[in-house]
Amino acid sequence: MMARNLFIPITLGLVIAFLIGPFLIIVAASFSGGETLAFPPQGFSLRWIAKVFTVESFRDSFFMSLFLAVGGTLVALILGIPASYALSRYKLPGAETIRTIVSAPIIVPGIIVGLSLLRYIVVPFQVGITLALFLAHTALILPYAVRVVSASLGNLRSDIEEAAVLLGSSRLGAFFRVVLPNIRGGIMSAFILGFVTSFNQVPVSLFLSGPGVRTLPVDMIAYMEIVFDPSVAALSALLAFMSIGIVFLAERFLGFSRYV
Amino acid sequence: MSDPKFLTLENLTLAYGDTVAVKDLNLTIGKGELVAFLGPSGCGKTTTMRAIAGLLSPASGHVKLDGADITRVSANKRNVGLMFQSYALFPHLSVYENVAFGLRLKKTPAAELDRRVKAGITSVGLSDYADRKPGELSGGQQQRVALARSMVMEPKVLLLDEPLSNLDARLRLDMRSELQRVQKETGVTMIFVTHDQGEALSLADRIVVMKRGAIEQIGSPEDIYNRPTSAFVADFVGFENIFELSDGRLKTPKGPVELSGPVPIAAGLAWRPRMVTLGSGPFQGTVRGASFAGNSREYLLDTSLGPIKAEVDAALPPHELGAELAFDLPIAAAAALRTFG
Ligand SMILES: Nc1ncnc2c1ncn2[C@@H]1O[C@H](COP(=O)(O)OP(=O)(O)OP(=O)(O)O)[C@@H](O)[C@H]1O
Ligand SMILES: [Mg+2]
Repeated sequence: MMARNLFIPITLGLVIAFLIGPFLIIVAASFSGGETLAFPPQGFSLRWIAKVFTVESFRDSFFMSLFLAVGGTLVALILGIPASYALSRYKLPGAETIRTIVSAPIIVPGIIVGLSLLRYIVVPFQVGITLALFLAHTALILPYAVRVVSASLGNLRSDIEEAAVLLGSSRLGAFFRVVLPNIRGGIMSAFILGFVTSFNQVPVSLFLSGPGVRTLPVDMIAYMEIVFDPSVAALSALLAFMSIGIVFLAERFLGFSRYV
Repeated sequence: MSDPKFLTLENLTLAYGDTVAVKDLNLTIGKGELVAFLGPSGCGKTTTMRAIAGLLSPASGHVKLDGADITRVSANKRNVGLMFQSYALFPHLSVYENVAFGLRLKKTPAAELDRRVKAGITSVGLSDYADRKPGELSGGQQQRVALARSMVMEPKVLLLDEPLSNLDARLRLDMRSELQRVQKETGVTMIFVTHDQGEALSLADRIVVMKRGAIEQIGSPEDIYNRPTSAFVADFVGFENIFELSDGRLKTPKGPVELSGPVPIAAGLAWRPRMVTLGSGPFQGTVRGASFAGNSREYLLDTSLGPIKAEVDAALPPHELGAELAFDLPIAAAAALRTFG
């Protein structure tokens, strides 16, 4: 009896510890007064947090990552929404095959995606690194966009489009007037998922970096190989708070959790 | 004034890919008529409605409305209203905005739009619910929103696909009178689909009975109820004793049977259980089943003609199971069927 009663709270405690624990350690380490990345932190100071903003490469790579995440996600949605719509509304021949192909980047390890992009696209066609990164991130986000948007389209009855048409709307108008507003939550979810996936992406980006062109995670790894100070922890903590902020705002203004 | 050929379907054939759902259908509906499509599941009722609305383009044939051939006119330009069985309300819009949807598309001036939308919402008794979303309404209320949404457009024809089948018995009666009222007040031409003969008989000016993609019989409720022309329609409207005729004799499972009196020239004869005379007549049967139905009693008889269903006034003394009874199938009462199949 006793053991059973304790089982659930203990499991819950462990799950929370493993999920939240690392985050707390990072946050604590970023307030360290010491010279090296360590836990428990030695002393207390804000200087590592301040330092993050003075490292120029961090600033550049942050904007590169932001550009890739926002731009890649937008392009993935612009391609993914019509694709999901077509896949769910029309009985296209080979719809399953298309779905599988679109989902491939989720299944294939990032290292392989990165290497093959480098080997078969970037090098032979002389594609610029920034463009290659952009294409790679878009391709990586697309499967998430298609998945999430398809799920929310699946919950939407298709007869409302016919109803809109009979009330005088064109087919295209019906899509914008009654389909899009009703899958808004799914699109927002896809956006957040895509953004986070792209922002935290390492393996693909690792292969696609060049002089002055790096994503933030890759830059952080490079930085740590030379300097092992708590500023990396500080940066990680700041990024985590940024993600929490985005989700919070999405929840606040869009009722995000209703759709996920 | 009223146009007897307001809506005509000419040699209409409708198909999904290679599957023909409706073949060579001809139908003429007058302005202001209330017509019911009656028939079993899969006979093509919804398909025909979708073709009238323009959601399905015919494989061949024509749809004409108000003097114009609209076969090739797209659905958003026909001004034909369709009330879906599932209501198909827009979940993200309030009741007010659902009803206003079509008028906004037509760029109706703001004051007129507001007046018409409010009048529409009020006429279906939902003025207190104008700001609610469809998800916050009951099934019956949602259906009335769907009705108001179609009606504010002042459609030339209003099509209703099983408007009553999702409602409970009480709401069904409410909605029935609602539809009748709307039709009387606005004079809109209305076609509704139903499985339920009672609904068709009580609401419609004319009933179209369909069977496997074709029209089986068209007629007034009295015609359909009293004078079915085929075994299929007779069965559908409750004639439970149906016999094929050959050489003036009834074909029964136990061989041909001679009737007393002159037999009409027909492919078959049919009697409602009510039309069977119990207690006297040339035939004999054994009571195999009996059930009480309030005003009447129904008996299932095992006879030399095969099983016969008879219905008599409940005030008469009941018959025991196993009782031997004389009965008659009066020729004068029978419906003469032109086709048997
Ligand atoms: N989208 C479709 N694709 C292929 N066949 C269809 C499609 N919709 C309907 N059918 C077929 O067409 C025929 C007529 O269907 P329809 O929906 O018009 O029947 P209905 O009379 O409305 O039946 P119910 O009373 O069940 O609604 C049926 O045999 C059906 O299987
Ligand atoms: Mg149907």
